[in-house]
Amino acid sequence: MEIILGVLCQGMIYSIMALGVYITYKILDFPDMTADGTFPLGAAVSTMMLTQGVGSGWTFLTLLASFAAGAMAGMLTGLIHVKCKVRDLLAGIIMMTALYTVNLRICGKANVPLFSTETIFSNSTVDSIFERLLPSSLSKYESIIIIMVILILCKLLLDLYMKTKSGYLLRATGDNATLVTSLAKDKGLVKILGLSLANGLVALSGSMMAQYQRFFDITMGTGTVIIGLASVIMAANLLKNIPVIKNTTTIIIGAIIYRGVWAAVIVIGMDAKDMKFITAALLLIFLIISMERKKKVKMHA
Amino acid sequence: MLELLNINKYYNPGSVNEMCLFQDFGLVINDGDFVSVVGSNGSGKTSLLNIICGSIDIDSGKILVNQKNISGEKEYVRHRNIGRVYQNPALGTCPNMTILENMSLADNKGKAFNLTFGTNKKRIGYYKELLRKLNLGLEDKLNIKVGSLSGGQRQAMALLMSTMTPIKFLILDEHTAALDPKTAELIMELTDKIVKEKEITTIMVTHNLRYAIEYGNRIIMMHQGEILLDKAGAAKQETHVDEVLGLFNKISIECGN
Repeated sequence: MEIILGVLCQGMIYSIMALGVYITYKILDFPDMTADGTFPLGAAVSTMMLTQGVGSGWTFLTLLASFAAGAMAGMLTGLIHVKCKVRDLLAGIIMMTALYTVNLRICGKANVPLFSTETIFSNSTVDSIFERLLPSSLSKYESIIIIMVILILCKLLLDLYMKTKSGYLLRATGDNATLVTSLAKDKGLVKILGLSLANGLVALSGSMMAQYQRFFDITMGTGTVIIGLASVIMAANLLKNIPVIKNTTTIIIGAIIYRGVWAAVIVIGMDAKDMKFITAALLLIFLIISMERKKKVKMHA
Repeated sequence: MLELLNINKYYNPGSVNEMCLFQDFGLVINDGDFVSVVGSNGSGKTSLLNIICGSIDIDSGKILVNQKNISGEKEYVRHRNIGRVYQNPALGTCPNMTILENMSLADNKGKAFNLTFGTNKKRIGYYKELLRKLNLGLEDKLNIKVGSLSGGQRQAMALLMSTMTPIKFLILDEHTAALDPKTAELIMELTDKIVKEKEITTIMVTHNLRYAIEYGNRIIMMHQGEILLDKAGAAKQETHVDEVLGLFNKISIECGN
């Protein structure tokens, strides 16, 4: 039960990051490596704020600050790509490398525990609300409820955004950038906007992860992109025969499944050291499976 | 009025492959003109369109629209007054968006893409009306993705989308070349109808000499960055396909083809 709860919590936190990765990779068609740096950036900003003491009940400000910091980093990647004409992949790698130092500078050291500070999951305001609403036997569900509320908010806002004119233009940029120019709009600006939004979400997710696991670690961002991609691709493959559910929903499910597989691998006794390898292998397997499917479709057609 | 004055354009400057495409090139297109541009491959037709649209930079010269020099303006800025349809039907529409979403995008050209809803429900009737005129049955498929349409259907939509908002110039870059003869005919008739209805100044590059003769009020033939033949109005009416084809053969022999 504890394990399942943990899987759900971490899966949902990661799914916010996966939504960001989805925006860059799927919607904008931009292979953005910045996420590996913005995930710990969100964590670092929140850690710094919490250890400095943001004031009781104001811990939720860490989420806004993380989103803003991530959005700023994404914007810089976009500017490097659009204004300095650096290739997309390289622009992200440059930003990711720079962010490693930035994150260290923000936190001061590579490892910061958050055990003694308030977090979004345990602070006086939240505790008093839950005391009134929930019987104490259900108090272990506090975290998951908070995560769920934030996740649903992010998902709904993102779905809503994709239906706006600005969202249409974002989708058009990834789909056919020539058309955006024909519409007399600067596709570079749209890319910068998309990257900001995506990296804001990734940093938000990083902030939540640091507060959930109650420590900041400089290496926590390594492999963020690949986890996000694994979730997006897994979701696309497993759930593509169910057309009614939205892409954002499938990604959330994908991220939770990914986390479930991760936990299962740990439970059957594999070393946590092997995790990145397993992630890479899983992603590869899913990519190969999706290729197979495409081939079959072609043969039947 | 669109004026190209003393345009110079070199490809690969400073290298062994340096090639001069346009040298002191000049062209004046009057408001309301429908100009057909023909010429062999490499004659500079598409480069001419790219220069007007800002897709490629010129080395020197001026591009004037109503006496205003636009040669320094970015491509997307120039497109405020320009609608362009490409040879590749995929370039004029978004394949992963629905017909309705594509129409909404095109309808919003020139306005802000802000956080209001992308599709204005009140306009759906108007979009349907426009699509009905194409006679392709698209008005009943508003919610299917454009990627699943045929090349001809997509090109018809691209044409419709590029002329939906008020524009000064319509640039057609071999827009019937990728289509089968029947669909090409349909798209050409549609083009003519839209151009006449909206009185848009149009420049059409084509390899189909018959279209070049049949449509529009002016024909230009290009060869190696120069204008070889330029007939407008009554003189154009008298021009025959054979005459243009003869000229074509002549320059081909000169080039050693």
